[in-house]
Amino acid sequence: MQTRVVGAPVPRKEGVAKLTGQARYIDDLSLPGMIFGATVRSSIARGAIEEVRFGEGIPWHEFTIVTAKDIPGRNVVALILNDQPCLADGFVNHPEEPILLLAHPDRHVLASAVAAVKITYKASPSVHTIEESERRDVIIWGEDNIFKSFRMEKGDVDQAWKDAAWIVEGEYHTGAQEQLYIEPNGVIAQAGLDGSLTVWGSMQCPFYMHKALVAITGLPPENVRVIQSETGGAFGGKEEYPSILAGHAALLAMKSGRPVKMIYDRMEDMAATTKRHPSRTRHRTAVSADGKLLAAEIEFVTDGGAYATLSSTVLSRGTIHAGGPYNWPNIRVTSKSYATNTPPHGAFRGFGAPQSLFAMERHMDVVAKTIGMAPDEFRRRNLLRQGMSTATNQVIRDPIVMDKMLERALELTDYHAKTSRFAEQNTKSSQKKGLGIAAFLHGSGFTGSGERYLNSLVGVEATATGGLRVLVSSTEFGQGTNTILCQIAAETLGLEYEDVCIAQVDTSTCPNSGPTVASRTAMIIGKIVQTAALQMKQTLIESGLLQPTGGRAEFLAACQAYRKQFGELKSYSRYEAAPNIFWNDETYSGEAYPAYAWAVYVAEVTVDTLTYSVTLDDFVALQEIGKVLHPVLAGGQIEGGVAQAIGYALYEKVIWKDGRMINNQMTNYIMPTAVDLPPIRVYFEEVPYQYGPYGAKGIGELPMDGPAPAILNAVAQATGVEFHSIPLLPEDIFRGLTAQPERPPEPLEVALAAKGSQ
Amino acid sequence: MNTNMASRQEVSFTVNGEPHTVSVFPMERLLDVLRNELGLTGAKEGCGEGECGSCSVLMNGELVNSCLVPVLQAQGATLCTIEGLAGENSLHPIQQAFLKCGGAQCGICTPGMVMATVQLLRRHPSPTLEQVREGLGGNLCRCTGYSRIFNAVLEAAGQQT
Amino acid sequence: MRAHPAEYDLIAPGKLTAVLKLLSDEPGVWMPIAGGTELMVQYSAGRLGARKLVSLWGLPELRHIETAADEVLIGAACTYTDLKDHPVIAREFPLLAQAAAWTGSIANQNRGTLGGNIVNASPAADSLPALLVYEAELLLASTRGTRRVAYAGFHTGYKQTLLAADEIISAIALRPQFASYHSYSRKVGTRNAQAIAKLCLAALGRVENNKIEDVRLAIGSMAVTPLRLRRTEEVLLGGTAGQALIADARKALEAEVAPIDDIRSSAAYRLHVAGNLLQEFVEGLFA
Repeated sequence: MQTRVVGAPVPRKEGVAKLTGQARYIDDLSLPGMIFGATVRSSIARGAIEEVRFGEGIPWHEFTIVTAKDIPGRNVVALILNDQPCLADGFVNHPEEPILLLAHPDRHVLASAVAAVKITYKASPSVHTIEESERRDVIIWGEDNIFKSFRMEKGDVDQAWKDAAWIVEGEYHTGAQEQLYIEPNGVIAQAGLDGSLTVWGSMQCPFYMHKALVAITGLPPENVRVIQSETGGAFGGKEEYPSILAGHAALLAMKSGRPVKMIYDRMEDMAATTKRHPSRTRHRTAVSADGKLLAAEIEFVTDGGAYATLSSTVLSRGTIHAGGPYNWPNIRVTSKSYATNTPPHGAFRGFGAPQSLFAMERHMDVVAKTIGMAPDEFRRRNLLRQGMSTATNQVIRDPIVMDKMLERALELTDYHAKTSRFAEQNTKSSQKKGLGIAAFLHGSGFTGSGERYLNSLVGVEATATGGLRVLVSSTEFGQGTNTILCQIAAETLGLEYEDVCIAQVDTSTCPNSGPTVASRTAMIIGKIVQTAALQMKQTLIESGLLQPTGGRAEFLAACQAYRKQFGELKSYSRYEAAPNIFWNDETYSGEAYPAYAWAVYVAEVTVDTLTYSVTLDDFVALQEIGKVLHPVLAGGQIEGGVAQAIGYALYEKVIWKDGRMINNQMTNYIMPTAVDLPPIRVYFEEVPYQYGPYGAKGIGELPMDGPAPAILNAVAQATGVEFHSIPLLPEDIFRGLTAQPERPPEPLEVALAAKGSQ
Repeated sequence: MNTNMASRQEVSFTVNGEPHTVSVFPMERLLDVLRNELGLTGAKEGCGEGECGSCSVLMNGELVNSCLVPVLQAQGATLCTIEGLAGENSLHPIQQAFLKCGGAQCGICTPGMVMATVQLLRRHPSPTLEQVREGLGGNLCRCTGYSRIFNAVLEAAGQQT
Repeated sequence: MRAHPAEYDLIAPGKLTAVLKLLSDEPGVWMPIAGGTELMVQYSAGRLGARKLVSLWGLPELRHIETAADEVLIGAACTYTDLKDHPVIAREFPLLAQAAAWTGSIANQNRGTLGGNIVNASPAADSLPALLVYEAELLLASTRGTRRVAYAGFHTGYKQTLLAADEIISAIALRPQFASYHSYSRKVGTRNAQAIAKLCLAALGRVENNKIEDVRLAIGSMAVTPLRLRRTEEVLLGGTAGQALIADARKALEAEVAPIDDIRSSAAYRLHVAGNLLQEFVEGLFA
């Protein structure tokens, strides 16, 4: 289908504002009479608060002070299980847990005031790793330290081992990762004497924040208003966390009677807010004599931190993606999310899938090596094809082009020729080179019945100045929400891109189109924008003001005529599930996602055996995403995601001490700079998804899933040493290359003999 | 609280061609003076430690991290910020190139990135990709992976990408 | 920002003599600040102990490079950009020019000064090993006059220096006598740009008749101060090409340094990689 606006590289809607310094982020905003807030936080991992003393030398009478006792509503951060308090009340469960809040007109006095609050604790034993939590020597949450568990099965795994020519095991680890949006978290809250509350801030999900504020304040929902300010990066780190900050600012605003601004500095943001869930995955894989996957037993475990927050949903996505893009006749995934005494881990681009897909794709290479098959051939033999069913028994009805992308990736990277050449060169050089492949998929939208539950609502309205305005709660934070939704509306109605604008996200005037997460905005919300637009056109036709054959000028004139006659022209449309989406939460089977994006990535690395550092020489990213709505934005999403995932693989290590991140500064939490990244070559395939706008599927999180395993696979090819954990730092490579070579997995006869003797 | 060590004093400099005199504590950060005294909020605080470059401005033609400059040291300086770049009715070629090439996503690093590009292209009007990387090495971007920023810089330099 | 600007005083007398008089009248009270790339980070984090600062930024007496036939004098307030851009530095002291290009970012190079880097005395500073192998001298100025000290003895312990309470470094003196030397420097950081060194090796060597005639080695981040590796040099002096020499030199290196495990890296990694860099240098010397 030929499109005019969709698919064209139109300028970013808010681009000029961003480029001229006119875009207003939360710390650029001020209100008259505004004062500043700060948070006093726990310095221990777990224990009772014994005493809070306000130290000497601070004019405390000038401060507004808020504790848990001041919370008018419920002391809870409303999310899923509601186990997390807004302010600690007598007991803390993680370092940096918020205990009390201070506000003062002079921003500069806050740091010394915070330091002057002396809190004594009676420490309790605390838990800091998955293994410690599993041992249950200390129970820190619920009955058994487990936030959530899943069991997902297909076929009959237990029967499959006997048919295996090989059984290969592996264990894989991923560390925490900081989202590191360049704009730290911040909000401004203003409480009115009329019982109203308005909060502006840097955020992804205004209605999540709204729900949380209603719970904390006890105010009627219609009295609470949340407005998104220009947001400087989010990546999931501003999905749920801002609700906490908003609650704090709201409490200070209500108590002081003044607007309150709270902005985290980088050190606080890194130490106190959410990170990607660390994980451990254990694989046991049965393979047939001709290299076909017969069965997988996968155990996938995450560290959720001190409160449940989003751990259940992260675990869910990780579980569903654990088997990768392969055809598994039999598969069992058991997964658990464990509590530890660390600031709760949370949403970060990929949301569980980067963790379990890292393990799967790394394991595919380990298995390939064990059975003596080339990594590309092993994948080729086992990729899902149209008509086959996934690990959740979802039949993939649309064409899959993984084969084609695999071939193309190998061509683009000169994979086979280079692999041979490197093997030879590596024997004679201190610079070891290698290539690595990752094949993967990413489900767009909320899992299972999630989209039905969200029941998203979208509006379009005719503006007074003769154009169209899109009304959604979907937020822009760099990914291009504003631009693509305006493109879709314009394309649908035969308008120009310049005719369409999008409203600032404001819960009092925008419908709830759900959170801006889960790679759902283009595919799900974009579709509803289309239907809302078509509905508006239908309204105009039915009113007699527009002929069905009318073009742009007629349409815009009809809008004005309608407005003149009726005052306003607004059209709302709700989410409608595509047909044949059935999901069973009990058995964890069925259509897990309405659509998947598919990808093959290849990394080429040089491992310098003098310094043990890894340089990426080339990176090729191929993905099938339904429809490229905007070539520059889509390319930008992939490149940015790949860069973040390169950081995940090779640079970004969170160093923990007693549950606290101690490298919480940009100087010692290392993200890649302009000098560290290779050219990232991006290619798109399009298999239009029938229920996506112009065929589009989601792409925001996909690029996070592939680079880390591709890179580690390349490092294994380059060095001959297998690494199974990320981040993989030079120090780790040094240890691996100078230690004893790992024992290769046992051949089957030995394993079966051992089994027989059990 | 500790007793005040200093009193406010007058510091004068030009910003985007306009003279200003502010009454400030000498150790106020230039970043805060630009944002809070002059309302020029284009320069951002991303880290407060001179690592991210989102606060960078030109001081006497040189790129500096304004979060690390005590305002007293800007006495008599000629400052350029993002707000001074565009013309009356048109974008600066660097801004134009960033817009065309997708060099800005969330936009928070963009003012600093653009100012770094201004200095880079003054020193190297036809930079190699290597020089572009080095010139922007102190400006962190979390969104783009840098490729399209490089394209924008080379485009602005009048080269084909 | 965790400091209150009202609690700090900063003055800029604008002339070196006025600064020195201040330091003499009130020793230990006023902390000199040049480009601020170190002190302002501490300040912002609420960790700057000094409450009174005196600015050296841009003082013409301190920001100049004088080149004479037998000596180059680098004013202590020269920035890294000044060093990078200066043709004589690039030609005669390439290790210093290279280190300047490695330090921080463009914005930090425009403000960071060589004098400031020396006085801050971080064992990880990129330019200090180069100054050691070039056998720099420091000019220390006060109202009592100017004295010269060999840079080699300037650091007396972790972040401790010979600087008296009323003194500042006014210049760094280098003798351009290394044109015929093979020079090598390598920094191993956490990433390719804007990274604090995990270790940094600077080396000069000269081979004649297949024997090492002269060699100078200095390393950063391997001890509490930047370190001149004199014992390793002794082992190398007079040596000929071959694995035996390299093995002996590596052993001497390991005995001379004291790397630690810290937030950036491990002692074992630093030690081993230092040996690798040394090997790379020696092999390059004979190539």
